[in-house]
Amino acid sequence: MQNLNDTFSALSDPTRRAILSRLAIGEATVMELAQPFSMSQPAISRHLRVLEEAGLITRRVEGAKHPCKLAPRGIVEIDQWLELLRKALETNYARLDKVLESQTVERKEKP
Amino acid sequence: MTITKMTLKTEGDKHVVVTRRFAASPEAVYLAHTEPSIIQKWLLGPDGWTMPVCMSEARPGGKIRYEWADGKGKGFYLTGEYVTLEPFRRIVHVERMHLPGPTPDNHVETTFEPDENGTLMTIRMTLPDAQTRQGMLASGMEHGMEASYVRLEAML
Repeated sequence: MQNLNDTFSALSDPTRRAILSRLAIGEATVMELAQPFSMSQPAISRHLRVLEEAGLITRRVEGAKHPCKLAPRGIVEIDQWLELLRKALETNYARLDKVLESQTVERKEKP
Repeated sequence: MTITKMTLKTEGDKHVVVTRRFAASPEAVYLAHTEPSIIQKWLLGPDGWTMPVCMSEARPGGKIRYEWADGKGKGFYLTGEYVTLEPFRRIVHVERMHLPGPTPDNHVETTFEPDENGTLMTIRMTLPDAQTRQGMLASGMEHGMEASYVRLEAML
């Protein structure tokens, strides 16, 4: 738990969240990650260093390439994002519950 | 523990499946997803957002257009088309977000089944590929979860 703050600041950046989302599909090299974001490789490398220091990704050496993949902590984070998405949807549905409830009161005689 | 009302999970490479139970008839829940005047009351995202424009032509080929605004100059919109409507049972439609560039098409099948307390709704989304699905989940989080993120930050 000591690097919870590192984790949070690593996740506070939209590009880094998008990188984690991409890595959820599978391992990728810096070049593969740089392409969809139209960012330079050094810029992506800086983001990757932050994610690595926060323990969210791991990198291995394969010749000149350093493919990245999600660390177990990163997988947990993705699960937590899904949990946040669930909560966001739930905000809408809780509102719909109230709308439906007021309709039921209006038409109480209906089955 | 309360009964889990909602589930959200990924399925295979390209699908996202959401289920939710409602204490109302399938007819009422179906209409809440097709009638603009009802949609505008609840499909709003975080507190403070509104839907100033809501078009929902509930017939095959009918257009969908939802525009959201946060009242402070930020906003985005969604367009789509209805494909199939089986009243009070099933809706098939295609949608895309404009952020402002359009996201790849999301094919959505929504079913409304009576269950003991009301309705079980199941939304099955099909995205073109795994990467698009991840992007959608991430951008959904981007837009829908700012409030949650702020709360999370406050906790740390």
